[in-house]
Amino acid sequence: MSRTDANPSGRLPDAFTTPGTASFVDFLHSYAPDLLPRNRPLPAGSSAADLVAPHATTIVAVAYDGGIVMAGDRRATMGSMIASRSIEKVFPADEYSAVGIAGTAGLAIELVRLFQLELEHYEKIEGSLLSLDGKANRLATIIRGQLSMALQGLAVVPLFGGYDLDKHTGRIFSYDVTGGRYEEQDHHAVGSGSVFARGSLKKRWRPGLDEASAVKVAVEALMDAADDDSATGGPDTERSIYPVVAAVGSAGYRRVPDEELASAADGVLAARRAARGGDAQ
Amino acid sequence: MSMPFYVSPEQLMKDRADYARKGIARGRSVVVLQYDEGVLFATENPSRALHKVSEIYDRIAFAAVGKYNEFENLRVAGVRYADLRGYSYDRVDVTARGLANAYAQTLGTVFTTESKPLEVELVVVEVGAAPAGDQIYRLSYDGSVADEHGWVVMGGQAERLASVLGGQWREGMTLREALTLAVHVLGAPTDDGAKQRTLEATGLEVAVLDRTRPRRAFRRLTGPVLEGLLAKKGGARAHAAQPAGDDSTGDAAATP
Repeated sequence: MSRTDANPSGRLPDAFTTPGTASFVDFLHSYAPDLLPRNRPLPAGSSAADLVAPHATTIVAVAYDGGIVMAGDRRATMGSMIASRSIEKVFPADEYSAVGIAGTAGLAIELVRLFQLELEHYEKIEGSLLSLDGKANRLATIIRGQLSMALQGLAVVPLFGGYDLDKHTGRIFSYDVTGGRYEEQDHHAVGSGSVFARGSLKKRWRPGLDEASAVKVAVEALMDAADDDSATGGPDTERSIYPVVAAVGSAGYRRVPDEELASAADGVLAARRAARGGDAQ
Repeated sequence: MSMPFYVSPEQLMKDRADYARKGIARGRSVVVLQYDEGVLFATENPSRALHKVSEIYDRIAFAAVGKYNEFENLRVAGVRYADLRGYSYDRVDVTARGLANAYAQTLGTVFTTESKPLEVELVVVEVGAAPAGDQIYRLSYDGSVADEHGWVVMGGQAERLASVLGGQWREGMTLREALTLAVHVLGAPTDDGAKQRTLEATGLEVAVLDRTRPRRAFRRLTGPVLEGLLAKKGGARAHAAQPAGDDSTGDAAATP
């Protein structure tokens, strides 16, 4: 806030009192562009391949009757090393939506902060919530601003989902690094373990799921991804680290508590043991 | 050619202050008062869209009287100030004191340097974890700041209403008691001969900063929730029996 303090009269600068935009990103762009993550070019000649930054992995989203469930594992990797076993990659975007991120962890978390603030800022200034499509488009704009960094290897790929207050249904949106926005039907996964997670989702998802079964489907998909992808972590019962799972329905965002996830994970393991010949003692 | 008359600085400032005061006095009053679980804002405002009371940040709200376009501009500036500060530092580093200072400098500079002062009066409130941590700042058109305790009345009949409110407010009122008092004060007679008016829920704009809410403390009270709170004790048993359920309906009703 040094710019504000530098104003000789101490008066709020003109940028603050200029009417027009309800977008925090646009305001930052005109007043403090250096705070936007997009305005940080890498030095010429360097590439992100030389750079070792933590990388966040698999996110899955599942639609159920009246909402969506989004789940992310807790692992971040740095090359072949595990950078963090308790990172969180699924966040509330606002009261009725959730955003999960895969890609360069530091940048992704910064983008999520910016996106959350963008939605809240609009809500406070306009006095009303953005539509779910409006929120999805704002996220696309933010991701598009990152294109040059993505081309240098610092890509961020989000997964966005929420409850549409007009259509009374849950919806899921995926993105590519150019800011392309695609609405997904039923379920989707992004990140390094997404190939395995998608396979699992295809077999386990069915129409008319309720919230509890959708949580189970999402947890099982993450466990399948963790099985085959070294960058995805499964539920860690020893340290009680479970995936971050969010359920968004007509009542708003809810983080599913660890006890429910533990029983979902135990249920999956028990079913697999039983299927293998009942050596569950 | 006529020579410009000399106007003494005292006279100049006095004229501006009179001008601003007249503009502010034309508007309806806003009442702000502390209750046990937060701070209540109430005003007569038939509009559902043009608010006089708004959220600035997690624990901070803003109320204003005077010219709508001028205080709306200050409100947006306050939201931008708070969001930028919270983004640069952290959410807990956004304080009502910092915002009140920024507003005071802005109002003061406009008052002394521009041809017309801002015809507004503002209140900036932050709720703390306990009533002792609540901060209420009142800002005038000339940039002066007052740190208020317990309650504030601004706008048209401020002095008359303040004497009514000051006599009846006490620490630790419940939300229902505070709202009843606020509505009583807003409906108080404006002249010696006038009668006490009864105000309907539809003509009121009511909001609270509720310290018990987890992050964003600001909540508008509208529709059935407000009617339930305004109803006489006997008719409002359903509300009293379900304080938790009341909260969720409040959210639904508050969604603009």
